[in-house]
Amino acid sequence: MGGNEDRVAGTAPWNDPEARPYVELVRVSKSFGDFKAVDDVSLKIYRGEIFCLLGASGCGKTTLLRMLGGFETPSTGRILIDGVDVTDVPPYERPVNMMFQSYALFPHFNVEQNVAFGLKQDRVPKAEIRERVAAMLDLVKLGDYAKRRVSQLSGGQRQRVALARALVKQPKLLLLDEPLGALDKKLREHTQFELIGLQEKLGVTFLVVTHDQEEAMTLASRIAVMDHGEIVQAGTPAEIYEFPVSRFVADFIGSVNIFEGQLIEDEPEYVRIASEEFGGTIFVNHGISSPPGAAVWAAVRPEKIGMTLAPPAGTDNVARGVVEEIAYLGDQSIYLVRLPGGKRVRVTQPNVSRHAESIGRDQEVHLSFDPSSPVVLTR
Amino acid sequence: MSRRPLFVVSCLAFGYAFLYLPIASMVVFSFNASQLVTVWDSAHSPTLHWFAALFQDQEMLGAAWISLKVGLINATGATILGTLAGYGLARFEKFRGRFTLNAMTTAPLVMPEVITGLSLLLMFVALDQSIGWPAGRGVGTMIMAHMTFSMAYVTVVVRSRMATFDRSLEEAAMDLGARPVKVFFVITLPIVLPAILAGWLLAFTLSWDDLVISSFTSGPSSSTLPMVVFSKVRLGVSPEINALATLTIGTVALLVTGASLWIARRDAARTVATG
Amino acid sequence: MRLPARALVVALPYLWLLLFFAVPFLIVLKISLSDVELAIPPYKPLLTWTAQHVLQIRLDLQNYGFLFTDHLYIDAFLNSIRVALVSTVICLLIGYPMAYGIARARAKTRNVLLLLVVLPFWTSQLLRVYAWIGLFKANGVINAILLHLGLIRAPLTMLFTPFAMYVGIVYSYLPFVILPLYANLEKMDWQLVEAALDLGCRPWQAFLKVTLPLSRNGILAASMLVFIPAVGEYVIPTLLGGPNALMIGRILWDEFFANRDWPVASAVAIVMLLLLVPFMMWYQRLQAREAGAGS
Repeated sequence: MGGNEDRVAGTAPWNDPEARPYVELVRVSKSFGDFKAVDDVSLKIYRGEIFCLLGASGCGKTTLLRMLGGFETPSTGRILIDGVDVTDVPPYERPVNMMFQSYALFPHFNVEQNVAFGLKQDRVPKAEIRERVAAMLDLVKLGDYAKRRVSQLSGGQRQRVALARALVKQPKLLLLDEPLGALDKKLREHTQFELIGLQEKLGVTFLVVTHDQEEAMTLASRIAVMDHGEIVQAGTPAEIYEFPVSRFVADFIGSVNIFEGQLIEDEPEYVRIASEEFGGTIFVNHGISSPPGAAVWAAVRPEKIGMTLAPPAGTDNVARGVVEEIAYLGDQSIYLVRLPGGKRVRVTQPNVSRHAESIGRDQEVHLSFDPSSPVVLTR
Repeated sequence: MSRRPLFVVSCLAFGYAFLYLPIASMVVFSFNASQLVTVWDSAHSPTLHWFAALFQDQEMLGAAWISLKVGLINATGATILGTLAGYGLARFEKFRGRFTLNAMTTAPLVMPEVITGLSLLLMFVALDQSIGWPAGRGVGTMIMAHMTFSMAYVTVVVRSRMATFDRSLEEAAMDLGARPVKVFFVITLPIVLPAILAGWLLAFTLSWDDLVISSFTSGPSSSTLPMVVFSKVRLGVSPEINALATLTIGTVALLVTGASLWIARRDAARTVATG
Repeated sequence: MRLPARALVVALPYLWLLLFFAVPFLIVLKISLSDVELAIPPYKPLLTWTAQHVLQIRLDLQNYGFLFTDHLYIDAFLNSIRVALVSTVICLLIGYPMAYGIARARAKTRNVLLLLVVLPFWTSQLLRVYAWIGLFKANGVINAILLHLGLIRAPLTMLFTPFAMYVGIVYSYLPFVILPLYANLEKMDWQLVEAALDLGCRPWQAFLKVTLPLSRNGILAASMLVFIPAVGEYVIPTLLGGPNALMIGRILWDEFFANRDWPVASAVAIVMLLLLVPFMMWYQRLQAREAGAGS
């Protein structure tokens, strides 16, 4: 976990209060009539990042992207790029380019003409256009396709033309709207790494909008999770996965088991939670600041729960249950274990051994996890 | 998937026979030497006599020339107006007068021609009386009348094309640095141009074929081809009209087949690439 | 686009249609309320200044009274509606199976079949109606064939009969039925029909319960495209229906051109318009719904 952020020039500029943000949104809101699509969003993106806006459809991520592109004007708030206020700058004068979800390749132009379009608008000399277009097409491995019509390309090729067309202008910020959404699964995985390689080579700052959490985890140096027009959490993929701030984030990224309970002990170094759903107490070896008796939730990831036939030692963080369902996925198996109180717990176990596993359906098992595994959530 | 019941197939056969037998009979008899339209004179047929007669008929030629003039000017004017209306209706979701404009571009499609013709004529007469323009009736009033009903058809064609237009194409062009006016001329217009051309052709054809509205709005010396044909036909069948019909059908068939072959080839290129 | 540019785009067609399509109806209404006069133009002005400089308005409802007392007009209206209605039904009965057949044909055949429908659509209606005269005449093609085959002894009278008129109307308007029906059926999800078959429907049941209800909007739009203009049809009744074909479009034409009675012609137009406007509004709603469903 946590290798992605190393890609950014310097390490983790977002942790450095002195670092100058490259793209900055200051209290940006956007309303359509009574509907608040984006609600008071502030965000700092640093040079060379791949920043992902992640959220379900209708959460406001696309509106935010379109405001950065200049296709929507914020109702309130400012947008700064490289220190310049671009809030009221029209799209054709912004140092920003966009890769559209539908790719938006001009059907009446060929590949070369599509890629050259942006440079022509800037009145770049012809010879230079030819050179830069050719270099860019080589970079996205479409050198042989320059004269092809757009209608003669496959989905993956179209995606690369769209990318080349946006990148050839050397924008300060590249906006990518669901860049891999139209590709099938195999191609998507391959393209993800191509995209990262290209970004490292060119050093352009990327802002990616996606609803696919796996895509966000793979690509991003940082992720902002959006819900109802607000950013609910922003951080590195590892931070978001391991330290979600709310049940919504914990549930949105990966799968998670959430146990409701009351705080019974709240010390600086640990907390203990009594959970009826879990059928026992949950001991967490890091403190939080909530009054005793408050309703809290303990979130535990499925891969962090151990499952044994023999009862483990200790009384905290242990539960007994019956295996209800098993899904064999090849590299791992998912078990649904029913606790006596009725709660179903999801447990994943890597299939380390090739031989049939010893745990079967309807078998009674013991669950346990480390005190460092749960995250205590208050909302 | 296509399992075609006998019933459907026989309906198709009957339907196409119904559509084409009258046309075929006109074409055949246009080559018939006999003055009696329906008696085949095998001794002297086939002949191009009636085609020659057609091209010597000064009345017909004069009327055809007026029809052509009216048709060309009408088609161009109607295309401009209809494209603007179709673009506006497809693009601007809310504006004052949208409902009215929508109604005024839909109604002419179904309005009985006698009503449109009468109301336009009365309008021209009233205008002439009150402001002295247009003075009298003739080619000018006919063009205005034709533009009024044929622009509605252009509106429909352009509007439905605009409805399927991917707006992100325009946004992409703007994103790449093109100003709105340039976006319109370099991206939008070339992509919807086939629809606009189709609208132009449709407007021309409607004008070229129109009888009723022309009869109401034309002046004393501005008879169009359909008006002359109509007066001849009322007096009885004339082999010259068969020749005219053959020429018309031939031209239409050539144009329509050519256009659809072109579209089919273009579509084939697309499916090959994506498939 | 900024607001003024938008306004300019719509203003031109808007003003044009207002002047040449909407306002003329008001003038027709005005003239329908005035008296006929032997003059140019042949009607008396509605508004006159009397000697005492008083604006005098002379509204004359006599033209309308005339329409509702003279049997000729009432009969013509009723007959026009009946003819239009029957023609619409026949057009649907022939056109629906054809549109269905085209929509379900393989892509290549479909293009050819569609082309064959579009071709007459682009050809002059006048010439296509004229073709039927040659077929229907006493010494026309149909009679010649029937006589030759010995099926009849004396030529049948077909020209200038209601039958000829119906054939002409159905023939002229058939493409207008097939094209919207095809457009509607082409969008149909045929898996729905397969689902119905899978759930135990026989083919004709699946057609009645799935295909037909789902093509309702197409059927209605196609009907309007035939019914509304057919009510006011002039050319076909004149050329094929003969002197006795009592259609309101002809009455209007004759009042105007033969009798030069502009006020009565205008009153006929207004009554026809009032009759047809609800159908036109219905058609417009259908179009809007179809457009909404498309996007």
